[in-house]
Amino acid sequence: MTMNTPQMNAPDEIIRARNITKRYGGVHALTGVDFVIRRGKVTTLFGENGAGKSTLMKILSGVEQPTSGSIELDGVEVAFASPSDAVDLGITIIHQELNLAPNLSVRDNIFLGREAKTATGTIDYTAENQIVEELMTQLEEDITPDTLVSDLRLGQQQIVEIAKALASNARVLIMDEPTSALSATEVGVLFKVISDLTASGVSIVYISHHLEEALHVTDYAVVFRDGSLIATEVRANIDLPWIINTMVGHAPEPVFDNHTPTYGDVTLSIRNAHVPDQSTPGRLSVEGVSIDVRAGEVVCIYGLMGAGRTELLEALAGRLPLVSGSVELEGTDISDLSIRERIERGLALVPEDRQRDGLVQLLSVGHNISLASLGAIAKGFWLSSRAEKRNVDRGIAEVRVKTSSPRASITSLSGGNQQKVVIGKMLLTNPHVLLLDEPTRGIDVGAKGEIFALLAAEARKGLGVLFVTSEITEALTASNRIIVMSRGKIVREFLTAEATREEVMSASGESDAIDSDSADSHHNNRPSHELSSAHRKNGAVL
Amino acid sequence: MSTSTLTHGQRPRVDPPALQQSPNKPAGKIDFLALLMEGRALIALIVIIIIFSLLSDNYLTLSNLLVMTRHVALNAILAIGMLMVILNGGIDLSVGSTVGLSGVIAGVLLQGLGIPALDIILYPAVWVVIACSLIIGTLVGFINGILITKFRVAPFVATLGMLYVARGAALLITDGRTFPKLQGSPELGNTGFNLIGNAAPLGVPMAVWVMLVIAAVAAFVLGKTAFGRWLYASGGNERAAELSGVPVKKVRVRVYMIAGFCAAIAGLIISSELTSAAPQTGDSYELNAIAAVVMGGAALSGGRGNIRGTLIGAFVIGFLADGLVIVGVSSYWQMVIKGAVIVMAVALDQLQQRLKTNKALTYKAPTKQKIPPTDREPASSSPQ
Repeated sequence: MTMNTPQMNAPDEIIRARNITKRYGGVHALTGVDFVIRRGKVTTLFGENGAGKSTLMKILSGVEQPTSGSIELDGVEVAFASPSDAVDLGITIIHQELNLAPNLSVRDNIFLGREAKTATGTIDYTAENQIVEELMTQLEEDITPDTLVSDLRLGQQQIVEIAKALASNARVLIMDEPTSALSATEVGVLFKVISDLTASGVSIVYISHHLEEALHVTDYAVVFRDGSLIATEVRANIDLPWIINTMVGHAPEPVFDNHTPTYGDVTLSIRNAHVPDQSTPGRLSVEGVSIDVRAGEVVCIYGLMGAGRTELLEALAGRLPLVSGSVELEGTDISDLSIRERIERGLALVPEDRQRDGLVQLLSVGHNISLASLGAIAKGFWLSSRAEKRNVDRGIAEVRVKTSSPRASITSLSGGNQQKVVIGKMLLTNPHVLLLDEPTRGIDVGAKGEIFALLAAEARKGLGVLFVTSEITEALTASNRIIVMSRGKIVREFLTAEATREEVMSASGESDAIDSDSADSHHNNRPSHELSSAHRKNGAVL
Repeated sequence: MSTSTLTHGQRPRVDPPALQQSPNKPAGKIDFLALLMEGRALIALIVIIIIFSLLSDNYLTLSNLLVMTRHVALNAILAIGMLMVILNGGIDLSVGSTVGLSGVIAGVLLQGLGIPALDIILYPAVWVVIACSLIIGTLVGFINGILITKFRVAPFVATLGMLYVARGAALLITDGRTFPKLQGSPELGNTGFNLIGNAAPLGVPMAVWVMLVIAAVAAFVLGKTAFGRWLYASGGNERAAELSGVPVKKVRVRVYMIAGFCAAIAGLIISSELTSAAPQTGDSYELNAIAAVVMGGAALSGGRGNIRGTLIGAFVIGFLADGLVIVGVSSYWQMVIKGAVIVMAVALDQLQQRLKTNKALTYKAPTKQKIPPTDREPASSSPQ
């Protein structure tokens, strides 16, 4: 192979993290991680959601501080109190979420906080414009410095983020899911920029859920699982199946017992749904999706972020409009109804962002859980506190919220119990179909199990469940059927009993080669030819 | 950063403490302070009464207390309507103008409504006059609500516009003049209007009775009806409320209608007290109402506040203002002192919120699964 053998001697290492541990409250996000970033190489972090990749990157970029452990930069121990400390030392992170001011120009964003000054102390626009133009030439983007960021497509905004990082003359560049918003061409350009950068001595840390893309670009692979570093390998020694197997490990299997279900009639029927993209006018986030959910069935939509999953659920719930297509609940078209009317007819959504969309932080546990069903228990104008208490008690018992009292503040509960309150709130409306968007986001393992057990129990009573997840284990253990979405479309559908990790994960990825392969065979254990040649090309550059 | 950063690659964790960390203090001290803070508006009221009764013998007399309470009542009625709007996260700048407009409407009707085409002058009965005036006030609020929900004009701007429009309308109707002598005449069958402001059943002015009734009804609505809960929920987190099926737009329109209704009642009381209706009546009353609401512990961001607090807030402002007059402080100083007290009250309120947070954090810690000494807690864990 063209790859050099890994050299363990110091001059090759730009960053060495020793025994990094990070705790949030009682939860270990990282345990004893030893980690090396090599000069002028691309190091990719692999791992499922919650494996600890982002936490490590936040520590390396100064966003968070480790509970214990040390970081050495060029052999000298350093500590970052804030992101600007890290930037001063040449470590820059490009976050997955864009951190741009949409009301400012591309130039102003790129130099925000580090404005070039003239002799009199005003901003030196000429110098800034020149640098921006050079950067844009390098990135092969036709964006003028004066363009407002809000006028750019999401992909172009991502390019601006990258340009911003480049302008800071980073020695270490951390990229968290840099390609999620990019088109195929833009991804190609990005990879070229990455190889230019590494050639000039910049070290790249790369995080991506697109395994094939990551394999394409990387020199070293580091795999995380459950907050620990499991393996470090050179590119030459690894392939896609190795990564998937190492990432997933032998995860504990199901808490879920809806594997021999009896289904009723189709309750929710989505036909050819098209949903507009909220961030880019004129584009669609969901294109022609059709799904049937039967009573008693638990259907999972698996896919990467940005696959249109959230938009689909929000359109079903009535928050977003449908451009075309229809939604039928028990045979009647509900596409024109308001959120309220849909809930009354039995379609309820448990939203993705619990804090933003799920809870009213100023209200108590009890008032939160009864919020959606108040109209039903109020008799005319009068809201009987006894009727409400019965309702609240029923809700709390049904989803087993652990709270000192229904009067307790909702913010005093743990994430898992808060999520149970949100689910209980919607269950109290007696839904026929429950939609859940990432129902286990940010909650501990025990609560995850409880929530899926609860859903299975409700399904046995005839509830149709449609939930979205980006955790493969959840998809495989908590559903009867898996629908894989990518870029707004359904790419594959599995009966959970017949699906394998590799198939589902490959189907959600962006690689056409993998897709067509896995469509033919159920055992796609070889890296595609295209990939290895791409890698060879990449290796030659280095 | 927001919680959306949790999506990827983060270890499942307990949600970040909803609120910012701040220096720990001994628990006992916090409790004492918190108690003091909780009742600070009431304490302020008591302090004001004590100080002014020491400064003037006339302050703490039954007659003066009744007079002051009558002044307070007008502001309190406006403040209760304003509280509804502020609980919703909005603001209503038009209530002062609505006070003037509704008074003028009553004035026009009692003076006789001429219909030139038929060559007659209508003298509606007093109850019709009152009803018309209340309807106009509610309608003003309805228009505010529609502008805000349907046309998505920011509440501040929509009601600022209405402030001018309603005032202008009042001036147009009267041509800038004042309607005097609204007591009516027996032969026209429209007497009794002056009773609203001047009657005093059981020795307590009518305005105070009206305030008590409105406060009781409002407290009932906020505490015992679905509408009340919806109001708190949509003010606290409109997105979550909407996804829970709360008719957030309907709620929003209603609160502005309530504010307009309350303003009309205040307008009727004032014009009845004076038995005349001037188009300038109620100028800048909206600011006093807002002051009473925030003094009473409501959050301008919505979702937090109650009737009891608002009433106390209105009393603090009213008793302070009248006290300053009685002891003869110059009117310029009165304004300075009033302004300072309002700002201080809100600053204390913020302090109280922080204290609560600290308490929640220090209280929460031991109940969690043993947290080791957190020397390196994330200093930047973002609030929600």
